Amino acid sequence: MRSILYVEAVREAIREEMLRDEKVFVMGEDVALHGGIFGATKGLFQEFGGERVRNTPISESAIIGSAIGAAVTGMRPIAELMYVDFVCVAMDQIVNQAAKLRYMFGGKAKLPMVIRTQQGGGRGNAAQHSQSLEAWFMHTPGLKVVMPSTPYDAKGLLKTAIRDDNPVLFLEHKLLYWMKGEVPEEEYTIPFGKADIKRQGTDVTIVALAMMVPKALEAAEILAKKGISVEIVDPRTLVPLDKETILESVKKTGRVVVAHEANKVCGVGAEISAMIMEEAFDYLDAPVMRVAGMNVPVPYNKKLEDICLPQVQDIVTCVEKLLG
Amino acid sequence: MEINKDLILQMYDRMMEIRKFEERAMDLFTRDKIRGSMHLYIGEEAVATGVCFALNKDDYIVSTHRGHGHCLAKGARIDLTMAELLGKATGYCKGKGGSMHIADLETGNLGANGIVGGGLPIAVGAALSARLQKNNKVAVAFFGDGASNQGTFHESMNLASAWKLPVLFVCENNLYGITVPFSEASAIKDVAVRARAYNMPSVIIDGNDVLEVYKTAKEAVEKLRKGEGPMLIEAKTYRHMGHYTGDPQIYRTKEEVEEWKKKDPIKRLRCYILENNIATEEELAVREKRVDDVIDQAEQFALNSPEPDAADLLNDVFA
Repeated sequence: MRSILYVEAVREAIREEMLRDEKVFVMGEDVALHGGIFGATKGLFQEFGGERVRNTPISESAIIGSAIGAAVTGMRPIAELMYVDFVCVAMDQIVNQAAKLRYMFGGKAKLPMVIRTQQGGGRGNAAQHSQSLEAWFMHTPGLKVVMPSTPYDAKGLLKTAIRDDNPVLFLEHKLLYWMKGEVPEEEYTIPFGKADIKRQGTDVTIVALAMMVPKALEAAEILAKKGISVEIVDPRTLVPLDKETILESVKKTGRVVVAHEANKVCGVGAEISAMIMEEAFDYLDAPVMRVAGMNVPVPYNKKLEDICLPQVQDIVTCVEKLLG
Repeated sequence: MEINKDLILQMYDRMMEIRKFEERAMDLFTRDKIRGSMHLYIGEEAVATGVCFALNKDDYIVSTHRGHGHCLAKGARIDLTMAELLGKATGYCKGKGGSMHIADLETGNLGANGIVGGGLPIAVGAALSARLQKNNKVAVAFFGDGASNQGTFHESMNLASAWKLPVLFVCENNLYGITVPFSEASAIKDVAVRARAYNMPSVIIDGNDVLEVYKTAKEAVEKLRKGEGPMLIEAKTYRHMGHYTGDPQIYRTKEEVEEWKKKDPIKRLRCYILENNIATEEELAVREKRVDDVIDQAEQFALNSPEPDAADLLNDVFA
């Protein structure tokens, strides 16, 4: 099978959905001729024209708000926010409008819209361009939250997101854009709420999100050499969350580490570990552990950033500690 | 522009419906049948009515906290609106939205909004959608003077103008943002001047004169449909009641309120109708009685409607 970059997988998903459905269009900062700062929409303006691939002003509330208005009136907008950090500027539109309109209106409205953005650190972009904010969205009823970790998942999940009738936060990771992976040429989609076991194992389960998936895979190789068998579960979508696959893995291994890049306090790891304790306590041989970012704004300096964000070695250490 | 007599009477009926609907809602509120908070539109009926009569049924509006007037003016059913205020299962939002969040997509109403300025970009998106679908619809964003100080107002004006979208921005300047006078919250006298910064035409009108509102909106909507880009109408008006039910209103004088009550848009249209022999006192009385009956029926419908089923609580979070 051919291998393509994660960013190319994103682009292919958008292009194929635009060809399939003329209601799909793209709007965002610098997405047209420039193709988005990470190149996710490169070439689409030339192919589909300026009506369907629209540069917006740097006005995040207007970008998200107008995507809502377009979605509720029959279009299927894909709104790109250049960095997830900029959702703060548009938070009313995301939290009070997009997430709530359908419920507040007694189920009348459909909001088939995707908010695509990228997040995460590791590139020295410092505190306002490196955050991971998935917990905010998972905490807000009415939003679906997707965090793909491979090119295959990115393409299949984005196609599902575009076809979904609800607001979807599609959170890519800026370090994953340049990773390659196998993606079939033929059409496929990946359903929401279906976790993927990225590696089979028997001693410990690592529930890993986004960039933590490749890091967990690397850690698993190191641990394998020490005789420890690691299973890696990638939820892929946080809302809906595939509890079943996570719990099945817990029942098999009895030990769990949840790994995410966002800081630890009130992070997704807290939710997943609490869920495991509520629903599979009897199967646990040890407390659920978390590997997560530190509770500081992400620093600029590389040495500090590397300490702040979870690394492969942190996962290895955590698993060894868990196995005592 | 000559306005046909029948249309004038229809606008009179609609304004009476909004007025009497809200008077009844206030009554139900004091009887604890309506909970939460309500923001009454009494005194501003000419704006919603004049603008919505200039629209087609499938044109879009976004509304404000003070949304009952827009909702009814755009053609929503009175009984379903009343049922929603009472939180009943038969209400427009199945009792989940209440006064501040009524929407009716069938009449193009994309929703009242609990967030000041929250609806403006949504109207821009509806207009963008109309452009992309080439269906010649327009979108109206109703907002107050208070919302004109929100970032969304400026972002929406700019985006609509940059893209020449068919959005009619209708500012209902009732002089107060909650309790703070516009003159204290802003360095300008008129919201309309802000349109200049976005290269957008604007006009200031008497928002208590439904005929002027209608004529202005009609002309504006025609230009919007021709693709001439967005426009702003600032309608000067006044709310007779407080910002919310129970507002002690210490920020304004009784004299000021009385002065504005003399400019009541409904009385004013009534005088116009009588002076121009469009209808007689008796004929108007018959029409008013009919409105009373409709409101009575709506109240009975709402009171007799069932509460939502607890099983419905978790429904409609997602499509």
